[in-house]
Amino acid sequence: MNLEFSPEEIAFRDEVRAFISENYPKELAGVGTREDLTREQFLAWHKILGKKGWSAAAWPKKYGGTGWTSTQRYIWSEENARVDAIMPLPFGMAMVAPVIYTFGTEEQKEKYLPGILSGDVWWCQGYSEPGAGSDLASVKTTAVRDGDEWVINGQKTWTTLAQFADWGFFLCRTDPTAAKPQEGISFILVDMKTPGVEVRPIKLLDGGHEVNEVWLTDVRVPVENLVGKENEGWTCAKFLLAHERSGIAGVARSKRGVEKLRAIASTELVDGEPLIQTNDFARKISQLEIDLTALEFTELRTLASESAGKGPGPESSILKIKGTEIQQRLTELTLEAVGNYAEPYTAGMESDGSNELGVGPDHSHFVAETYFNMRKTSIYGGSNEIQRGIISKMILGL
Amino acid sequence: MDFNFTEEQTMIRDSLSRLIREQYDFDTRRKVVASKDGWRPEMWAQFAELGLLMAPFSEEDGGLGGGPIDAMVVMEEFGKGLVVEPYLPSVVCGGGFLKRGSDAQKAEYLGGIMSGEAIFAFAYAEPRGRYNLADLETTAKKDGSGFVLNGHKAVVIGAPWATHFVVTARTSGDRRDAKGVTVFVVAKDAKGVSTRDYPTVDGRRASEVYFENVAVSADAVIGEVDNGLPLIELVADEAIAALCAEACGAMKVAHAMTVEYSRNRKQFGTAIGKFQVLQHRMVDMFMEHEQSVSMTYMATLKLDEDEVIRKKATSAAKVRIGQGGRYVGQQAIQIHGGMGMTDEMAVGHYFKRLTMIDAEFGNVDHHLKRYTELSAVDVPMAAE
Repeated sequence: MNLEFSPEEIAFRDEVRAFISENYPKELAGVGTREDLTREQFLAWHKILGKKGWSAAAWPKKYGGTGWTSTQRYIWSEENARVDAIMPLPFGMAMVAPVIYTFGTEEQKEKYLPGILSGDVWWCQGYSEPGAGSDLASVKTTAVRDGDEWVINGQKTWTTLAQFADWGFFLCRTDPTAAKPQEGISFILVDMKTPGVEVRPIKLLDGGHEVNEVWLTDVRVPVENLVGKENEGWTCAKFLLAHERSGIAGVARSKRGVEKLRAIASTELVDGEPLIQTNDFARKISQLEIDLTALEFTELRTLASESAGKGPGPESSILKIKGTEIQQRLTELTLEAVGNYAEPYTAGMESDGSNELGVGPDHSHFVAETYFNMRKTSIYGGSNEIQRGIISKMILGL
Repeated sequence: MDFNFTEEQTMIRDSLSRLIREQYDFDTRRKVVASKDGWRPEMWAQFAELGLLMAPFSEEDGGLGGGPIDAMVVMEEFGKGLVVEPYLPSVVCGGGFLKRGSDAQKAEYLGGIMSGEAIFAFAYAEPRGRYNLADLETTAKKDGSGFVLNGHKAVVIGAPWATHFVVTARTSGDRRDAKGVTVFVVAKDAKGVSTRDYPTVDGRRASEVYFENVAVSADAVIGEVDNGLPLIELVADEAIAALCAEACGAMKVAHAMTVEYSRNRKQFGTAIGKFQVLQHRMVDMFMEHEQSVSMTYMATLKLDEDEVIRKKATSAAKVRIGQGGRYVGQQAIQIHGGMGMTDEMAVGHYFKRLTMIDAEFGNVDHHLKRYTELSAVDVPMAAE
């Protein structure tokens, strides 16, 4: 065991840092990932990384990934978080791509992976349905074979950023007579421009448009859009969810969040003294950092065992639970830090003619909205109740 | 000991509850919140007609002879309906100051507050003052027999609808000194007053209020010059008790909605309310609400006690309600799952209001500190 970076790893870090500093789009500096970005803003850094060959940090080299070690990937995410980089979105990169290169045919790999690497093709995830949230295996959307096509009917929901999507991957019921709900599901790729696909926005409580309903009415796609075996889509679904969970920890981003919180708490005053110098708040930040350190080292252990050849197992549920609890706590403390200026609804303000957005210090803008928005993290990707169920069943054997 | 409401209080509660049910349903509220003005003056007029605006004032002042308990009853119902109209700023705060004003001030302003024609907003917070009521950069300089005000007040709730402000300003001493704070009543249309209006994240309206060489006469002073802080603290404590009542109403509804949702929402072939992990959480929400009600009663009943007892009581209530409101709000969203995150479901709006109640008039940390400091004053000498 050893925590030190090797000279090669330090050289790698310097190379990455220099690349980011020279190539990260200036106009996106400090913008950070927000739900109101445009498609172009979301994809700008992804496309630059695609050209460099660095967009897929976690993929195997033979599919166009970097082939980096877990330490290199750790360095990569740290360096990107330092500048608040808008990273490649997970739907193509971390969700569908691993399913395709693990379960897909050679033709599918050739057809779909390049667009994901380059950032030219935007993917969305057709998993949840109104009646199938935590109980994902109860999906009702059907795909019926008709000659060389699947005919898909149903409704998906909570489809993140589907308004920009070119393609979607959908869990569809292909054998309604199967003995168990997990059987008889297939994993099918759908071109979102296919007739019968309709994307309807859902407004969230923070006022933003981040998720959608996707309605599928007699949507016809070629049979070769099936990934893996017919009726065995649950294997792909579970595999994908385990991948999604390990990415969900967001350690590097939370570390950056703590830095920002410290900066805010150094500016905000209590009786003329910086908030960060009050015992109460300083201790809260310390507690958060300690929890984050525990998460970080748990993630490093997981990454190490992954690079030793084990795929992400049920342990990744720990990362999901603790990672999201920390993200939520971070936004909660940031909200506390800004005091009265938590209240103005920045997105709802009319311009006062100046270029200034909002009232109060800049760091108070969108703080409440972000706090509200982050409540989603303990719900999505398999709610934290479901994750605890996974640990209890798969690890404790209860 | 008696925790019963009077007949008048019960009547107020029942008629207000009916009015909100009939005319303040969630969809109507959404439309109002999204409208240009963000409130309904005609609803305000109906509140006045029901006597709500005069309920907490003494009969001598032209009120119905009630007090803080009446305000508590109103605010709890307002919390259940997520009412945005400015009862707290105008009646509880504006009225709270002016009923302690001079006879001339009472004669000039109380009638308008009770009829609903005058609307007050309480301009006390400042950009760098956080929750310290004496941390004032707004100044009022003596000018002849009157004063000239300069400064910037932050997040003044209800200001876009107001006709008048109660403004706190420093007349002497250093920033944060307890001495040297004075309270003024200022008409919104006074020369030199300007506002920047905006919506708040929980569907109300507020303003940044700027005072630029605003000249007021000596009779604009409420209470004593330089000695306004005790009065400000008293009215702020009354506002805290009222906010706590509002939070109780919001918690009650958020909890009830969650229990109902868990009965109807089926996953894994059963209602999710059958899962023990969720049952226990909803029991915890229930207990949080019950304890919040207890603390609200306690604080409201102690508003007329000595200063230290009153402050400790309101701080204790605000701490408990801040923590309870956070728990109830967060769990309500969690148990609703994705649906709880949507704008179309009412539960998220209760969550948002509960979140903001903690940020108003001092959050959990602020009041835990105040409580601790006041307790230290009381510590008896250790036995020899």
